[in-house]
Amino acid sequence: MSEPDTFFDEMHKPGGGVRDAYSDYHQWFEEQDAASLRRKHGEAETTFRRTGITFNVYGEDEAEERLIPFDMVPRIISGREWRRLSRGIEQRVTALNSFMYDLYHRQEIIRAGRVPERLFRDNDAWLKQMVGFTPPGGVYTHIVGIDLVRTGPDEFYVLEDNARTPSGVSYMLENRETMMAMFPELFTQIGVETVSNYPRRLAKSLAACAPEGTQGKPTVTVLTPGIYNSAYYEHAFLADQMGAELVEGSDLRVVDGRVAMRTTQGYQPVDVIYRRIDDEYLDPLTFNPDSVLGVPGIMDVYRAGKVTIANAPGTGVCDDKAVYSFMPEIVEFYTGQKPLLPNVETWRCADPDSLAYVLDNLEELVVKEVHGSGGYGMLIGPSASKKDLALFRRKLKEKPQNYIAQPTLALSTCPIFTKSGLAPRHVDLRPYVLVSPDGVDITPGGLTRVALKKGSLVVNSSQGGGTKDTWVLKD
Amino acid sequence: MLGRTANDLFWMFRYLERAENTARLLDAGLRIAVTRDLATAEEEWRSVIEAFGQRAAYEAKHGTYSGYQAWNFILRDKANPTSVLAMMDKMRTNARSVRSAITGELWEAVNDSWMQVSEALSRPVGQGSIGDVVAMVRRTGTMADGAMMGSLLRDEGFYFARAGTFIERADSIARILDLKYFLLLPSLSYVGSSLDTGQWDNILRSVSGDHAFRWLNAGQIDARGIVEFLVLDERFPRSLAFCHSALRANLAALARIHGAEGHSNALMREADMQMNDRTIEQVFEQGLHEFLLEFLNRNAAIAAAIAEDYRFVS
Repeated sequence: MSEPDTFFDEMHKPGGGVRDAYSDYHQWFEEQDAASLRRKHGEAETTFRRTGITFNVYGEDEAEERLIPFDMVPRIISGREWRRLSRGIEQRVTALNSFMYDLYHRQEIIRAGRVPERLFRDNDAWLKQMVGFTPPGGVYTHIVGIDLVRTGPDEFYVLEDNARTPSGVSYMLENRETMMAMFPELFTQIGVETVSNYPRRLAKSLAACAPEGTQGKPTVTVLTPGIYNSAYYEHAFLADQMGAELVEGSDLRVVDGRVAMRTTQGYQPVDVIYRRIDDEYLDPLTFNPDSVLGVPGIMDVYRAGKVTIANAPGTGVCDDKAVYSFMPEIVEFYTGQKPLLPNVETWRCADPDSLAYVLDNLEELVVKEVHGSGGYGMLIGPSASKKDLALFRRKLKEKPQNYIAQPTLALSTCPIFTKSGLAPRHVDLRPYVLVSPDGVDITPGGLTRVALKKGSLVVNSSQGGGTKDTWVLKD
Repeated sequence: MLGRTANDLFWMFRYLERAENTARLLDAGLRIAVTRDLATAEEEWRSVIEAFGQRAAYEAKHGTYSGYQAWNFILRDKANPTSVLAMMDKMRTNARSVRSAITGELWEAVNDSWMQVSEALSRPVGQGSIGDVVAMVRRTGTMADGAMMGSLLRDEGFYFARAGTFIERADSIARILDLKYFLLLPSLSYVGSSLDTGQWDNILRSVSGDHAFRWLNAGQIDARGIVEFLVLDERFPRSLAFCHSALRANLAALARIHGAEGHSNALMREADMQMNDRTIEQVFEQGLHEFLLEFLNRNAAIAAAIAEDYRFVS
């Protein structure tokens, strides 16, 4: 790995001094007493534990609840930077949505030869049940998380599109709550865009996607696999914040051609389901017959246009890393413009020349499974053992189409608070995007994930990463 | 409200109340045992274990009865499915599943209690800390009740929670009374003896009724008076009459919200008729044990009717 000072530092300028976005915060920080900051850091963890802001880890015996470590130094983005990012995100999300529509209808992008047919042929997330069907409001990706990384002052790259069921938004909200409780004076001094209205915006956006013919205010529900799911806390949190029912599959049933929930007063129809269970568990009659998480017959109701499922089944196609590698073409095809946010350079191992390059340069590359997620099944060349390198060499030769490779990026760093003061650690950023017929709505902020281990580039919570509050400054 | 949510709320408060009353019954056992010699204390602990219906499970594990073994069995043993630890875990699991139907304050109160009790019960509880642990468990119900009364919307969720509390409390108090009547006396000839009265006094203390009882009776203690107080006095929040009165009010509120009475309301009315105008003489005439059995059955029938009326499960 390169020397730490070759990474872009979000807070500090290379020669010393503080970047503009951080100047107010830095000044405030300098005035604080170190001992009291340390004490507050400890208190924050107690608060998280008591309020139960946890995620579940599937262990050997039972699901154990863990805290995601929280770092109290905010990641700060200037208003100007954010506007640029927003435009790029909106363009990308619009393109993703058009791409979904096209893939499930005329597939013009394939006819035009801009992307290969295997993009959906080889894609496990592609659902034949969605062919020719248009979801209510024409929306496929109601809630999207776009993972961004930064390598320089004006260099943001998209690392991943999460269009299936992006998680973590509750951490964005709780991190802000915690920061405001710990340092109220800070927020009176520095103008920070609010994120706390996200649940309201989510409720509004989902309601705007209700099926045609919905009478009165749409009934919105959050569908969870239950309390043992790793993101259960978030499901309950969002339902609570939206004033929506948190339902499990066993609470729902198809009654008179509608999806209805079993209430204390009998079955009542629902209009919109924000589902946090995967496609294959949604409907045992259509998909996995062994699943008890879903609702028998829900797909029939959906295809009859009587219920909205968010995100739409089959949207997971977009999470595929092979699709990712074609995003520049996809954006250009549907928007007629060059992508405002670039992809990270990506080698598709399905292509023999790329595979040869990847095999030759494995020590410098990050190799990812096309369908993998969450930091599983990947190889980080520079820090991999000889054994792992050999293993991946074999895997790549066996099933090259399963893999892509990217250069190890010089991810920007942002300081974290340690016992001995501030120390730089690598970060990424996941802004949250809502899509409805009324437009694309991006909450100013997002989830900043931070690798707590010195030098580590892996920010996933399942791999020991933590989170930070993310500030977008008001100009 | 979802039927499942109603069910989870109802049971969350049942488990909470059960954990608290288990601690109360244990407290009664402790108070009685510390005033006796070793050999008889052994019998008291057997009685307490029996009162929980856990005699077989206990004896499969331990050959003898001692306070240390008994209270650890009651509090935390994995072989005991109704241990305080098991009840607290179930209570919290239910609370998590109704997270979006309860307030943050209520959640934090029960989560905090759960964390403290789990921590205290992560190791065997010794002689020096048993008193503190029992007090801590007894406090959990108070914490949850306080948070709930001060923050929860008075809609059906509240009434399901309260119904759960009072169904369970009625059940527990009846069992505590039954334990005394049958299990703790060497023979019937001891009825009315100072041993008998002393035991009743300990029962009274375990349900926090000693203060009120002394106040009402100018400091006099007698078995008949205590039974009357715990069965029939509607002013005392841990009497059977009070539990029924509270349950009736909550079921009436639910019927009002739903615009119709259910089977549970009808059973409640029958139960009221059985209790109304009943004197303590009549209770003893029927036999306290028989009276309590009848009460427990009726109580269980009401609980089952609530589940059916409000579609707790499909």
